Amino acid sequence: MAEQTVKLTIDGKEVAAPKGMNLIEAAKLAGIEVPHYCYHPKLAVVGNCRMCLVDVGMPKMGLDKKPEIGPDSKPVIMFGPKLTIGCNTSVAEGMVVHTRSPKVIKAREGVMEFLLINHPLDCPICDQAGECRLQEFSVDYGKGQSRFVEEKVHKPKKTEIGPKIMLDDERCILCSRCVRFMRDVAGQDCLGFVNRGSYSTLTCYPGMEPNTNYDLNITDICPVGALTANDFRFKQRVWFLKETKSVCPNCATGCNTVLWSREGVVHRQTPRDNDAVNQCWMCDSGRLHYKFINDPHRITTPTVKSSAMGERLALTWPEATRQIAEKLMPLKGKGSTIAAIGTARATTEELFLFNKLMREILGAELVDCVPHVGEADKFLLDADRNPNTNGAKLTGVAGEPIGSRIPAIAEAIKSGKIKTLIVHGENVVKYGVTEELLAKLDLLVVIDTLPNKVTELAHYVLPGATFAEKRGTFINARNRLQRLNAAIPSPGIARPEWQTFAALLNELGGDGGYLTIEDVFADMARLLAPLAGLNLSKIGDLGVELKPATETKGEAKTESTAAAGAKT
Amino acid sequence: MTMQVERPKLTIWERTYLPQILHGLWLTLKHIPQRKFTRQYPEEKPPLHGAYRGAPTLVKDPEGRVKCVSCQLCEFVCPPKAIRITPRARPEDVPDANVEKEPEDFVIDMLRCIYCGYCEEVCPEEAIFLKQDFAIAGYTREELRFHKEKLLELGGVQPDSIWKWKFKGAPPLDAPGAPKREGAGRKG
Amino acid sequence: MIPLLLIHLIKIACVIGVMLGIVAYTVLAERKICAWMQDRIGPNRVGPFGLLQPVADGLKFIFKEDVLPHHVNKVYFTLAPMIAMIPALITIAVVPWGSQLVIPSVSHDPIPGVIANLNVGILFVFAISSLGVYGIVLAGWSSNSKYPFLGGIRSSAQMISYEVCLGLSVVPVFMQVGSLNLMKVVEYQAQHTWLGFTQPLSCFIFLVSAFAETNRLPFDLPEAEQELVGGYHTEYSSMKFAMFFLGEYAAMFMASALMATLFFGGWSLPFAPFNAPAQTLTVGLIHIGIFLAKVCGFLFFFIWVRWTIPRFRYDQLMTLGWKIFIPLTLLNILISGVVLAVITK
Repeated sequence: MAEQTVKLTIDGKEVAAPKGMNLIEAAKLAGIEVPHYCYHPKLAVVGNCRMCLVDVGMPKMGLDKKPEIGPDSKPVIMFGPKLTIGCNTSVAEGMVVHTRSPKVIKAREGVMEFLLINHPLDCPICDQAGECRLQEFSVDYGKGQSRFVEEKVHKPKKTEIGPKIMLDDERCILCSRCVRFMRDVAGQDCLGFVNRGSYSTLTCYPGMEPNTNYDLNITDICPVGALTANDFRFKQRVWFLKETKSVCPNCATGCNTVLWSREGVVHRQTPRDNDAVNQCWMCDSGRLHYKFINDPHRITTPTVKSSAMGERLALTWPEATRQIAEKLMPLKGKGSTIAAIGTARATTEELFLFNKLMREILGAELVDCVPHVGEADKFLLDADRNPNTNGAKLTGVAGEPIGSRIPAIAEAIKSGKIKTLIVHGENVVKYGVTEELLAKLDLLVVIDTLPNKVTELAHYVLPGATFAEKRGTFINARNRLQRLNAAIPSPGIARPEWQTFAALLNELGGDGGYLTIEDVFADMARLLAPLAGLNLSKIGDLGVELKPATETKGEAKTESTAAAGAKT
Repeated sequence: MTMQVERPKLTIWERTYLPQILHGLWLTLKHIPQRKFTRQYPEEKPPLHGAYRGAPTLVKDPEGRVKCVSCQLCEFVCPPKAIRITPRARPEDVPDANVEKEPEDFVIDMLRCIYCGYCEEVCPEEAIFLKQDFAIAGYTREELRFHKEKLLELGGVQPDSIWKWKFKGAPPLDAPGAPKREGAGRKG
Repeated sequence: MIPLLLIHLIKIACVIGVMLGIVAYTVLAERKICAWMQDRIGPNRVGPFGLLQPVADGLKFIFKEDVLPHHVNKVYFTLAPMIAMIPALITIAVVPWGSQLVIPSVSHDPIPGVIANLNVGILFVFAISSLGVYGIVLAGWSSNSKYPFLGGIRSSAQMISYEVCLGLSVVPVFMQVGSLNLMKVVEYQAQHTWLGFTQPLSCFIFLVSAFAETNRLPFDLPEAEQELVGGYHTEYSSMKFAMFFLGEYAAMFMASALMATLFFGGWSLPFAPFNAPAQTLTVGLIHIGIFLAKVCGFLFFFIWVRWTIPRFRYDQLMTLGWKIFIPLTLLNILISGVVLAVITK
């Protein structure tokens, strides 16, 4: 590796950069920002915005092909007559780069002035305002005023680019990031520029429009407000939104995301850079699947079925916990009449407590999770739509393969052997445990966030929290342990499930004492070998790869998903 | 440290206090015919300074259009969080559809407003003005949450020269009241 | 011919009516004058120039809730405002409002301009007005609360002290006139000269003591708002409070009437036909007018002083009463006696 590193000087700082790296990235290593629009680290370099112009010099070579040494006993540096774009210039040994010389500053001012000539003064309306590179760079590098007095060129303002995206051509600065993304990453070459000069316009190829599952990424990479997502258009200004680092719960890939919320309402979800998982992209189906968080029908309080007519009575948490514990206490250790269906959409901590409660305290044997399987694409979307299948396996909740015990549970209820069923977060009616079977049960306890057939039939319904409302971890398909953070509070008195399980454990005489999610994780790390030595803060924002001890389980998962027949 | 204050020596006549009392009586008597400072308030309004910061209101431009585009900067800058805006897209069939966004509702809670004027200062469209209304009263809290219609009614039409709505044919530079094109901070 | 009893009843009704009317408007005058002295306008919303303000005040007092705190002695608490108000109204009976009214169609004899022509008029005044302090003391005590209690104590000490000054200060007047009958005092002044000129020290001490007796600034220590939150009437509301209020202003009216009667010639003016008892009805009515004008002048003086001079400290009040005024009045009596003895010889 050492021989592939070159040394260069950027703004007087010595930088050792890998060979082949461009100057924008090399400057980033030195902590220097080179402004740019068209360059994107994950996209091909085109160099058409000219914002990253820098002054590049090379040592003067003597006739002996060796650097000439000047009177100050340093190599003589020859600067080019013109500036060079940083994005398309690779580092070289002995190179000297100025990113803040008067020449560079003047060049940037010129570029900014040209970019703003035809850019409309839309900022008060524009959704990009607040996260707009044009705004930021015109403050940082622009001249502060315009000399342009003529009429601006007007272009179409509202053009639909596919069903999900709105294009404002006036705002477009023709950086072509979207064109390259659709062509190179999303694999649908459908965008391009037509017309010339000031009239250049981004448009779809005739008869085509972006319709992949990754289109919305172009709204993220668009440096200005030209491409905006219909889903978020005019909904909220970004400066009101609180950013919470999270993980997408919609498939086993576990794309790293940011949840943007205001006053307890999540308004959008965007991808977060993590080269080990999703680079800086995410699929549209995952991105748009956040609305259930703020569904008005969310279950907000524990309830008990008070009559055969289906009327429900609201309970406080202590009452609900006590009543359920009273019903479960006589069954303690006689697990043969109890079954439990957990969910691989829950956090690892919740699955761990679920397993402890069901298997160790109540002694249930029939415990499993429900598999959710869809179609995988070749990029990010995984066939396993459970975000935490590996967590369910690691903690022991899931069967081998996942979901294999569900028919046995249905059968046992039918035969009257199982009298008590505890369901967490799954509409089991869809997976073989029919309504007739549920009606036969003596006790059905359901923990869920939204009402469904099962919550209607349940004797006790306990509200849960969505992924945006709790802390915890997921283990993704590649055995990467990733962390969730709470972005918003739960509605009503709903609370994260781990608290509910911990309270039940306490009532039923388990050695509870879990006061915080850290306590749960610590206990889990003590008992489960792959997690040894970890804690929630050590996981970090980008997650950690789990030790090979779980490699076998990971392989088993691949088989099991193939075997599981149920589809979401 | 205590300080001894030397008291003035009084004559016998002064020590009766009568000269001071008589002087006081004369002083109060003198004031009876003097000009009165009382302002008969509800009928007689106090003269307000031109820059007086009264209730914030929404204004319309001389052509009767709501100037606010619901950029929500006022909502952001408002120190007591008195402003709440619900934005919406404007219909596409209006003649000035280049202004794409408008407030669906614009609420200022006059009970929270502290009349600081930041909203007026921050507004990029000069759509919000602190007018001279200062006696804002009501019987319920809800009554004092002024909605868009009420705010527009209070604001009225602002006779000025903001040309945002002009899609084409901006006024010539020498037109009276035309904005200075090279104004600081204005780009493009 | 109308029976004498009826004439007396009519006189009483007129006197009480006029007096209460003046008292009510004194309240308005007080508010107006204090406003003017402070460069304000004063009440001007009820009726023209605010002239109906007393009516509005009265209505308001009537409609206010009459709070009877549970910790008070209810009998005395209710009794106190009456005791405070009634003496001021009774004493006016011996003050001559005019000389006499000659109405042959009503009565053969001229009707005297006083309700009760008592030979010991001034003693009657002192006797009855001393009862006023009971109202205040009772109010302070029965309220069963700190501030009224302190107000009551202050009041009793202050009124007893200044009653001595008040009584002693007028002795030279009667020595000079030779009668305790107030009618006689006025007639004497009508014939000779106003006693204010011959007895200036008496006049001055009587005036100052009257301020103390009526609890007016600068001697309003019993009710001192700043220190005692209103003093003895802190716990009172509605009409009970109004009675204290009226009592205070009625006492002020009474003090003004006595000042006019004893030192400034009562109904008389020092020229004919106003320096002798009226022989016609017109002159008789003018006499009453003269008397009321003088009373109003003193009422204005009371108000004027209130809005000019700040309140005395309690020790200053007592020093002034016991150490200065009482010796001065005694000295005054001595000098008057000697001078009168020399002159009459």
